[in-house]
Amino acid sequence: MNAEPNTEIGVQVENLNAWFGKTQALQDISMNVAAKHATAIIGPSGCGKSTFVRCLNRMHETVRDARVTGRVRIGELDVYNGTPAVYVRRHVGMVFQKANPFPTMSIYDNVAAGLRLNGFSDRHKLDEIVENSLKMAVLWDEIKGDLRKKSGASLSGGQQQRLCIARALAVEPQVLLMDEPCSALDPISSGKIEDLIFQLKEHYTIVIVTHNMQQAARVAEYTGFFLLGRLIEFDKTEKIFTKPSEKRTEDYITGRFG
Amino acid sequence: MPEDPIATSKKTVPRVNLRRRVVNGAVTCAAAGSVILVLIPLVAVFGYLVYRGIGSVNWAFLTQTPKPVGEAGGGMANAIAGSAFILLIASVIGVPFGIGAGIYLAEYGRNRFGDVIRFTADVLNGVPSIVIGIVAYGIVVLAQGHFSALAGGVALSLMMIPTISRTTEEMLLLVPNSLREASYGLGISRWRTTLSITLRTATSGVITGVMLAFARVAGETAPLLFTAFGNQYWNFSMEQPTAALPLQIFTYAISPFDEWHRQAWAGALVLIVLIVVSVSAVRIAASRGMLKGAN
Repeated sequence: MNAEPNTEIGVQVENLNAWFGKTQALQDISMNVAAKHATAIIGPSGCGKSTFVRCLNRMHETVRDARVTGRVRIGELDVYNGTPAVYVRRHVGMVFQKANPFPTMSIYDNVAAGLRLNGFSDRHKLDEIVENSLKMAVLWDEIKGDLRKKSGASLSGGQQQRLCIARALAVEPQVLLMDEPCSALDPISSGKIEDLIFQLKEHYTIVIVTHNMQQAARVAEYTGFFLLGRLIEFDKTEKIFTKPSEKRTEDYITGRFG
Repeated sequence: MPEDPIATSKKTVPRVNLRRRVVNGAVTCAAAGSVILVLIPLVAVFGYLVYRGIGSVNWAFLTQTPKPVGEAGGGMANAIAGSAFILLIASVIGVPFGIGAGIYLAEYGRNRFGDVIRFTADVLNGVPSIVIGIVAYGIVVLAQGHFSALAGGVALSLMMIPTISRTTEEMLLLVPNSLREASYGLGISRWRTTLSITLRTATSGVITGVMLAFARVAGETAPLLFTAFGNQYWNFSMEQPTAALPLQIFTYAISPFDEWHRQAWAGALVLIVLIVVSVSAVRIAASRGMLKGAN
């Protein structure tokens, strides 16, 4: 259940367990996520997909009574051992299911927020980073005239989601976690985000949770199938979707349950 | 020939519509009636105040201190300034503590201790204002040995804090959790998130709460009776007894002199107008900074 031996490992997960109070949400997950590739996480609702990605940047522990054991390594970074959570999160960007731009901030301030609120104040550098991040998120051309005039919340749903991606990119993370980034978007906006993922994976390790199996097949080189808190199968996307080794994976993919 | 189902249903449609229209009309009327009922006392009070007070509001009233009994003229300028001064002291103390307590309750106070504070704040909100005055008398006036603007400010701030903290808490809880998560996800620390994201998003609601508390205490007389005490002359020292509009109105209203009665009406009118003006000014100033499409 590992990535190809010759690809670099972006995120190494060992024996990860997660709980909400007394309910165990993840059971003994181990997987190696390939660096600078996209990895899709699929599975029925409530199977622990979101919890899994939220464990990778220590967002899980922000929920009350939540608990994690196990090991996560991102490059040199030991996520649960001796690294402050805020430091981990600066290296692991996250895009959420529902676009959540800061409504009282302008488009510019939204993108700059991660750096500014962490104490970065070089104006010229900031201008440059904001522009680059928005270009990388393919939003620049649509909004460059309203950068400081309009609120992040005034954009359309698809634009808001790309703004959130730009905001995550501005802090220059190594890994980008995407928790169902397209589930609230129309097909055209989804298509734009997918194109974006293709470009982003040249620079970033991407983990994307999705309910849309076609989307997983389109954007990801690797796919992991989760069921009831366990990682059932993890392999090349092509193999998962054509000849999965597990009966349960096949059942899910062919729509027999879930 | 069997009955045409469409024709039959058509016959019943107007009856359903009629019933719906009647109910709709009745409820709308009831709602509008309630609004009018609420507005009547407000308009009546303000109208009567204008009617009785406007005649005595003139330049002298707004710029001069009171004249001795029997002399005509004079004004409440010192009381207007004194009220502003005492309210400034009250706000300087009450607003930061109130907002701070509200932040604690919303972001950190989901526990037994928070519940105790919430309960205390609610009880404090219901304490008669004269009792608040006695408390301020006990902790400031007795300690200092004399009445003072500071004592008045402390009394009013004690009344502002529970209102401000509870409304701040409510407003912060309305901020969607997804914004906090977005901020944490960027590696922004919790205190930074609370100040720069959560509080900032809730700003307009928090300001409304602050202005509500401000407007409420601006007209309070009882807590000032034995704290600020009142003064016939100008005073801008925290250490000295200070005039305040509600106090002056109270003193003049229970006096036996017609001239003082007229001045009391004018004072009440000026007090209401000043409260409305200051609350509106803050609201306008706050909405200036808003971005297009925000909230």
